[in-house]
Amino acid sequence: MPLDAQTVRRIARLARIGVADDELVPLGHELDGIIGWVEQLGEVDVDGVPPMIGTGLAMPRLREDAVTDGNRREDVLSNAPDRVDAYFTVPKVVE
Amino acid sequence: MRGFTIATALEALDKREITASWLFDTCANAITTHDGTLNSFITPTLEQGRAHAKAADDARAQGKTGPLLGIPLGIKDLFCTTGVRTTAASRILGDFVPPYESTVTQNLLDAGAVFAGKTNLDEFAMGSGNLTSAFGPVQNPWKRTGSEAALVPGGSSGGSAAAVAGGLVLGATGTDTGGSIRQPASFCGIVGMKPTYGRCSRFGTIAFASSLDQAGPMTRDVTDSAIMLGAMAGFDPRDSTSVDRAVPDYRAALERGVRGMRVGIPKEYHAPGMSPEIEALWTQGIDWLRAEGAEIVDVSLPHTKYGLPTYYIVALAEASSNLARYDGVRFGKRVPAETLDALYEATRAAGFGAEVRRRVLLGTYVLSAGYYDAYYLRAQKVRTLIQRDFLSAFENVDVLLTPTAPSAAFATNEVPDDPVQMYLNDIFTVPASMAGVPAISVPAGLDGQGLPLGLQLIGKFFDEETLYAAARVLERSAGFTHVPALWAGAAA
Amino acid sequence: MSGYRIEGSTGLWEIVVGLEVHAQVISQAKLFSGASASYGGEPNTHVSLIDAGFPGMLPVLNAECVAQAVRTGLGLNAEINLFSRFDRKNYFYADLPTGYQISQFAHPIIGTGTVEIELADGTVRHIGVTRLHLEQDAGKSMHDQDPTRSFIDLNRAGVALMEIVSEPDIRSPEEAGAYLRKLRQILRYLGTCDGNMEEGSMRADVNVSVRKPGEEFRTRCEIKNVNSIRFVMQAIEVEAARQIEVWESGGTVDQETRLFDSARGETRSLRSKEDAHDYRYFPDPDLLPLVIEQPWIDALKAALPELPEAKRARLEAEYGITRYESGVLTVEQAVADFYETVARDADARLATNWILGDFFAALNRTGRSIENSPVSAQALRELLGLISDQTINGKIAKDVLEIMVETGEAPLQIVDREGLRQVTDTGAIDAAIADILAANADKVAEYRSGKDKLFGFFVGQTMKAMKGKANPAMVNDALKKQLAE
Ligand SMILES: [Mg+2]
Ligand SMILES: [Zn+2]
Repeated sequence: MPLDAQTVRRIARLARIGVADDELVPLGHELDGIIGWVEQLGEVDVDGVPPMIGTGLAMPRLREDAVTDGNRREDVLSNAPDRVDAYFTVPKVVE
Repeated sequence: MRGFTIATALEALDKREITASWLFDTCANAITTHDGTLNSFITPTLEQGRAHAKAADDARAQGKTGPLLGIPLGIKDLFCTTGVRTTAASRILGDFVPPYESTVTQNLLDAGAVFAGKTNLDEFAMGSGNLTSAFGPVQNPWKRTGSEAALVPGGSSGGSAAAVAGGLVLGATGTDTGGSIRQPASFCGIVGMKPTYGRCSRFGTIAFASSLDQAGPMTRDVTDSAIMLGAMAGFDPRDSTSVDRAVPDYRAALERGVRGMRVGIPKEYHAPGMSPEIEALWTQGIDWLRAEGAEIVDVSLPHTKYGLPTYYIVALAEASSNLARYDGVRFGKRVPAETLDALYEATRAAGFGAEVRRRVLLGTYVLSAGYYDAYYLRAQKVRTLIQRDFLSAFENVDVLLTPTAPSAAFATNEVPDDPVQMYLNDIFTVPASMAGVPAISVPAGLDGQGLPLGLQLIGKFFDEETLYAAARVLERSAGFTHVPALWAGAAA
Repeated sequence: MSGYRIEGSTGLWEIVVGLEVHAQVISQAKLFSGASASYGGEPNTHVSLIDAGFPGMLPVLNAECVAQAVRTGLGLNAEINLFSRFDRKNYFYADLPTGYQISQFAHPIIGTGTVEIELADGTVRHIGVTRLHLEQDAGKSMHDQDPTRSFIDLNRAGVALMEIVSEPDIRSPEEAGAYLRKLRQILRYLGTCDGNMEEGSMRADVNVSVRKPGEEFRTRCEIKNVNSIRFVMQAIEVEAARQIEVWESGGTVDQETRLFDSARGETRSLRSKEDAHDYRYFPDPDLLPLVIEQPWIDALKAALPELPEAKRARLEAEYGITRYESGVLTVEQAVADFYETVARDADARLATNWILGDFFAALNRTGRSIENSPVSAQALRELLGLISDQTINGKIAKDVLEIMVETGEAPLQIVDREGLRQVTDTGAIDAAIADILAANADKVAEYRSGKDKLFGFFVGQTMKAMKGKANPAMVNDALKKQLAE
């Protein structure tokens, strides 16, 4: 299935990456080439094969319920590209 | 610092023949002299390093020791370092300065290491040539005989590889998602170890593909690799995928030899179109191990050819999600805009380079509604089959021997336009990553044009010791003493 | 089946409602980080670098949050899944730092269960629970501080939530209210969520559709984040009315997310359709599957408190109270505990009447809750003991309670200081009665000629003469005797 401009626009929108209109078609070709290549996996018989999750080595681990972190506001905010007092900011969100 | 390895430097330091400050200054001079050409560092930290080297001398004077006390290292700029800009070689991180230290670099600091700076890489570790860095490409210290053409160092840990090969530092950290330690090690004539997934903590290391990313050492020789991995590795309760298992004394395993070791040769790694030189080197490697008493066994890893496409689906899906946090709100670059979505789109369009954009879009696509089962779920099933291939091979053999990469280092203008052709660089390294097993690349010879080529050993889960024992035999047999062009001309 | 119907121009409509309740887990720390989960705090203080989605930060699961989910599952008589898994739900939003919410999409920790509700007319219905899963809360955006910017506070980001999804079994606003009250009651009994809707620790997404009785389901709309039971009931009403109007005017209801505007009493569309969600769920590679073991579940189960239904049944059996009374007395665990402290090994009927009557009235009047009641259960028990052992009579006890509420004094202290002990001296009672009969000879004559109703008048006069302290039974007996003479 070829990646038409509309599909590329939809994916770019999902990924929140701005793509100029004149890039949609060339980008679609590029992505399509890679998608076509990975589609060879379609020939593998995976009936009854469980999908891999992790690599099966580590044991599930749980943390004790204790407050061990937080109260480091300057650390949290020190890299903010735009902050007001103790807040991060974004362009006004209207709901 | 071409003259010293980590092991010999530690000996000289202990005997008070040299000081850490002298060692660091020597590295700093090499960085100042050569990094204008190599571009292996994004952010050198020479001042801080000098202070740490001085502190290491003071500590040693007080009788303190440490497995890497006073050893200058390069740190791939994917490891977060407290107070030192960390970029992942991406514009999107802007001037990000982490207020925290990655577990791996903290372990190295605790071992007494001294950091000379943050090394260059492919943007977010996505690439095989160190060509996607927002801070410009890295040059391989090696050149083809009789040619001045700049070659790539491999990727994504290309800055680390070039810095070690060029003698700018004694060792460097790398990260390997599908070959990013081993392939540049092969291209630069050094040793690169990707340990078992879960051996080194991922905490504080910027993620590319969480289920594959693994840190490892890049060093001049196998002994140094064992020393450095011992310091980097260890259980970390802050990483849920870290494995709670004691770190063995890797150095003690180095001279075990390969007598009685069963070495598997996977027939599927005879890739079509592989250069005869690499084929020959592989045969040479087999002979070396056999000569030292190893038993050579033909094995089959039937799903090898699916490794790369599986890798690209899994890694890119995870990456598309891992990179969603770079949105211009809490840290990093921000392109102002009127609305929140416009801010996201403008920031991420300007902040990500072409390859990262391509991969994030592909990862988004394979996870999107209607495609998840066909791509991501299927790939994770094939991944199970790939892992099973290794597990069943390891019922019969102790290690596998393969080439590391299908070619030697190439020039920038030889880079294929087709991204898939570029992805083929990782064809031999990706399967071990998919399975989570450890693998090491050892420089084994030069090709006809004078460029280094590596051989790869792949081991069982957590059996880095056997890898080191076999790697040491390859190293000794190869007697790889060639030096890169950078040093051939200069006073070596 | 519920008989709730809405009359439209084309006939009767039935509503179909399913609720997704987000209940904040009671825990010290957040689901995947060690930052405090407590409410409030200066902006961006209860935040770790993990919560803020910094590069290289990794989640580690909080064991207590898992235990709380399991306890809740047990309280809902639900299946506990030994294997569950965390997935990433990918979307961009200002208060979602990582660009994904860690949630349990494909494999929730809790499977199907049920909540029994009781309606005003006594009807009992069972509302199915589809699943319960653990997930992270988001941060908070504030829109009023600045003309062009919204401010982000991540204190809530990463706090553990249980999302409890019901089957579309609810058929009226009343049932929705009853379901939410019952769910909240169970969570509070279990100590897994405080159920405080004002602070947002319990909120509901309301899925509403309408249909002609007997039809298949029609398209539903989801009303997001409704934060009180009353609003949930209102939102269902207005949304159902809106949908009926759409259908009846020949239109079709679009599946969409809507917002309930309580000020205007209407719902409105929240996001445009072109921005259809595609969450790209996949297993979070930073976390391993969650595997729990049956013995651990059994231990949690053994330590579970008595739940509302069981408590009701027991209170009815042990104290001989009615179904209505047991309902009121078990609304909150603290009330039931209070009740049992007062009623245990005592006159249970007296205790029930007093608690449901005068004591609740006193709480209401003083605006106190059971937790900070002005009268302790022990003190109330003592007061009722004074009635039972005839130290005071019931009327005087009411006065004593008033003083207790005001001063916090012990009942016996009040009785003694105010000289309120009941008079059981038959001589004194007889004398008082003799005086009253003498002073009211005309009324005595009327009584004796058959006007029985006047008996109450004589009782009243006698009590008044004795400042209310006479033993009422003795007054009755003595009056009867003297009037019969
Ligand atoms: Mg919902
Ligand atoms: Zn939810």
